[in-house]
Amino acid sequence: MSLLQILWFILIAILWAGFFFLEGFDFGVGMQFFGLAKDDHDREALYQSIGPNWDANEVWLITAGGAMFAAFPYWYASLFSGFYLMLLVVLLALIYRGSAFEFREHMPTIQGTRLWERLIVLSSFIAPFFLGMIFTAMASGMPIDAHGDLTAGFFDYVTPFTLVGGIAVTLMSYIHGLNFTRLKIEGKITTRATAQLKLLYPVLLAGEVLFAILLFFYTDFIQTKPLLTVILLAILVVMTLLGWYSTYHNGKTFPFLLSGFGLVVVVVLLFTGLFPRLMVAHNPAHSLLIATSSSTPYTLRVMTYVVATALPLTLGYQIWSFYVFRKRIVSHKVIE
Amino acid sequence: MTLVGILELARFQFAMTTIFHFFFVPMSIGLAVVVAVMETMYVIKKDETYKKMAQFWGKIFLLSFAVGVVTGIIQEFQFGMNWSRYSRYVGDIFGAPLAVEALVAFFAESTFIGLWSFTWDRMKPAVHVLFIWIVAIASCVSALWILAANSFMQNPVGYAINNHMGRAELTDFGALLTNKQLWVQFPHVIVGTLVAGGFIVAGMAAFKLLKLKPGDPQIILFRKSINIALVVGLIGVGGAVITGDKHAFDLQTMQPMKYAAMEGVDETIDSSKRSDKAQPWSLISVTNPQTHKVIAKIEIPYVLSILGNHSLTGGKTVGTTELQKEFVAKYGEPKDGVANYYVPENTLFYAFRVMAMGAGLLGLIAVVALWFNRKKSNLILTQRWFLWILGVMTFFPFVVNTAGWLVTELGRYPWVVYGLMTIADAVSPNVSTASLLISNIVYFLTFSTLGGLMIWLSRRVLHAGPDVQEEEILSPQDPYEHLQAQKESEK
Repeated sequence: MSLLQILWFILIAILWAGFFFLEGFDFGVGMQFFGLAKDDHDREALYQSIGPNWDANEVWLITAGGAMFAAFPYWYASLFSGFYLMLLVVLLALIYRGSAFEFREHMPTIQGTRLWERLIVLSSFIAPFFLGMIFTAMASGMPIDAHGDLTAGFFDYVTPFTLVGGIAVTLMSYIHGLNFTRLKIEGKITTRATAQLKLLYPVLLAGEVLFAILLFFYTDFIQTKPLLTVILLAILVVMTLLGWYSTYHNGKTFPFLLSGFGLVVVVVLLFTGLFPRLMVAHNPAHSLLIATSSSTPYTLRVMTYVVATALPLTLGYQIWSFYVFRKRIVSHKVIE
Repeated sequence: MTLVGILELARFQFAMTTIFHFFFVPMSIGLAVVVAVMETMYVIKKDETYKKMAQFWGKIFLLSFAVGVVTGIIQEFQFGMNWSRYSRYVGDIFGAPLAVEALVAFFAESTFIGLWSFTWDRMKPAVHVLFIWIVAIASCVSALWILAANSFMQNPVGYAINNHMGRAELTDFGALLTNKQLWVQFPHVIVGTLVAGGFIVAGMAAFKLLKLKPGDPQIILFRKSINIALVVGLIGVGGAVITGDKHAFDLQTMQPMKYAAMEGVDETIDSSKRSDKAQPWSLISVTNPQTHKVIAKIEIPYVLSILGNHSLTGGKTVGTTELQKEFVAKYGEPKDGVANYYVPENTLFYAFRVMAMGAGLLGLIAVVALWFNRKKSNLILTQRWFLWILGVMTFFPFVVNTAGWLVTELGRYPWVVYGLMTIADAVSPNVSTASLLISNIVYFLTFSTLGGLMIWLSRRVLHAGPDVQEEEILSPQDPYEHLQAQKESEK
């Protein structure tokens, strides 16, 4: 395993972490279009709160996928062909979600607009759920043949562990979205968001405990890296507790950062557990390894130069964009 | 034999999804340029008409961009999903341009499109116009990287085969970017986007002019739109002819099979052995897809010498029959469900003619339209038949661009990477026919829905006209208004 290979493993983890931090609240906000939002003013405020940024947030996913292809083609090939139908569902969710944001405001009837908004809710639930399932399945190990091709069946993909993983990522995204709503929007909707958070944090805590137990039985993370895994799980629980505590106070930025970094910790947990593998096979000899699944040192070096130049610039204008849209949005309901 | 089923389905999916995606790529890049020019006019002339114009066409642009983005996501994932053996074989080379595209171009596009569409009232016009230019330029950069990847498939460069790993490896990143293929293909695609942007705007404006009553104040906006759009469109057509000629010329050496099929040449034409010392060009040609022999054709003398040799006489075009023999000698007998090295001759022949003649027709119509639409003339309004023709041209760029894409991609058959790997060796071995069938059906239904909606909603936007803001209908108030009022009262 070379330093470059490890660097790219870390970079891909960072891209996924960035994706879940940013798109996490986008998904969460999308889930609130019905339920938390009570009228068109709320929905418009929700849309405005993520409108300028959701597309760029999603590019983190595209970049993560591209980086996997470029840096670890064997990983990319095995993962994407192996989780075919689940990825198809994720892609469809992203397709309909992206179209919905643009189409909803052009619909001639209120029913038409509603239809797209319902699709926003549905797709915002589906995408993180299936991504969560894919990642937990990847951690728990899959039947992989000597060529690196997955030969998995339904019950390899769908296990209690992957279901809990999917639900956990969805719930964390929803909570992250609620915290974002509290941060970005003014109006009664934030009161409702706080009320929901007070209920959901204990549920998440229980879920995390369950997840930790299943992690012990379904993966070798705790067996092979006991200290690191337990520390990360503990951090996750502490962050959740802090988040729960903060809902009883007026702070808005802190809980948002907590729920965002909660998702980041989950990604870190996955990647530390995988290390030095990329995909865990039932037959350990067939596991995809960082050392043997990467591109050549030359390609990795070229890519490193590109990232070193482009990433600061990209981060710069993305942060600037968030700064431009820093103002809170007032749900119209308050005005009337 | 099951592999063939998977292969056909995976090929169908790639063709369907890329063609559909490629409807919206030239459309959105071209519209970005046209809208950027309009907004620049507003900044320079400070005439509100141009602002209204940019905002109006901006709505169509945003619709096309949204569909372009969501159909683009599939592309990047599809290589891993359907073509895993391809991904392993060339990932070391092919993955890099895709990753770089996302990082240096796609991030910029999507960030600045957000800034552009949400800050009309909050940024100075001179700053605001920069956003749309950044979007337009970033889209072109995006196209550059994607085509760098595609050009490697068409004309592999900068690599070495590693037999131990069983893959092709990158040895020269610079070579990917200086690929001869890239620098004929990229300019050709970019001018194609200008054709799309120009004629879509001009065509839609023509439909609108047909609806407007004489004396309607909107007429001036749409007439000006036609002028701006067609200037962009004409630049596109001119560029397409120049770059297309260069592209076709280079194909003779780079991909002779593609060239021979495009021109319907089955038996080698050697001008030195002919009495007129020139190569004739087929206007119409029909090839038997089983025997790969031309069974009927109408020829025009000299023209293929002009196109292929850039002079009235001379030159030689190697026919598909001879090339097939050459390829067998060079690459061996084809295997894995690939019967031979012939490409789909009839499709290439007619797609090429649709593209080339379509471009000529568009150029002609643009010139007439600009003449009818000059300031001193009212011909554009009185000659309603012509507005109909111009209106129908809205759909022509899609036909022309798709035809070009078909020539490029089908002419690669049976290679996924020219001379290196055949499509049959590239497909994922572990994806079931059922999975592929499901994804094909779902994508097909989804894309049909999106395409239909796109046309319908664009019509609605056009019908509503530039004076109606959709936002006004749905949300009567600016969400920031309250905050602003509050701040002012605090002062």
